[in-house]
Amino acid sequence: MPTHLESEGALVRQAQAGDHEAFTTLVRQYERHIYRLALNITKDPTDAEDVLQESFLKAYSNLKNFQGDSRFYTWLVRIAVNEALMKLRKRRSAPALVALDEAISDGEDQEIRRDLADWGDNPEQRYGKVELRDILASAIESLELPYRMVVMLRDIEELSTEETAAALGISVPAVKSRLLRARLMLRN
Amino acid sequence: MNCQEVVRQLSEYLDGELEADLIQSLEQHLSQCHDCRIIVDTTRKTIEIFCNSESLPLPAPVHERLMKALAAKFSKPL
Repeated sequence: MPTHLESEGALVRQAQAGDHEAFTTLVRQYERHIYRLALNITKDPTDAEDVLQESFLKAYSNLKNFQGDSRFYTWLVRIAVNEALMKLRKRRSAPALVALDEAISDGEDQEIRRDLADWGDNPEQRYGKVELRDILASAIESLELPYRMVVMLRDIEELSTEETAAALGISVPAVKSRLLRARLMLRN
Repeated sequence: MNCQEVVRQLSEYLDGELEADLIQSLEQHLSQCHDCRIIVDTTRKTIEIFCNSESLPLPAPVHERLMKALAAKFSKPL
């Protein structure tokens, strides 16, 4: 989980004042989170590495524009999400990308299926840590991109609902709606 | 509150973002509905598994290339 707010704020101020070491510390703290996010969106290690580098380079170039209205990490995630989506759009062979701001058919009058899969044993007792992580990764990967991204940001990167909405450029109700559906799909 | 409404409110309930009167209504339903209790419980466990998942360390070569790219950036004027 990203660093405590106070120390993050101090590091950002130092970096903005030209302290390269402070910025490198921020990079070390967040690099694996950003890489995981990029890999989840692009599903390609080479593209994910490009996104990782571009995100931190852009963050460094635009440090002076960071006002502190949000956490630095939230701002960084927003940059990474944009970079990853641009990467997807550039792929010639990619199928038509559903725009994140397109309405997904999750209208109020649609019935949400209630699958009553009871798990019985606690999965953490049934599976080892590595197995559980693999099952988890596979389950998330199977989600469509709009749902995958909401789960990534909200449940794994632990952004707030409002931060997730800002990072994805969608409304708070859209985040909540997609998150509900994603969580119900994942529990199966 | 009926079962369909419980499912609609489920995510916000588990995130602690539901209003007090809706929480009361939802929990009253749960006290009487075994099926909904299963759904709430398994969804809660799903979220806990995600929240507790640790990200793997960055592969060393990826980290090295990132540091190199940053060093090159630092050496140029902004």
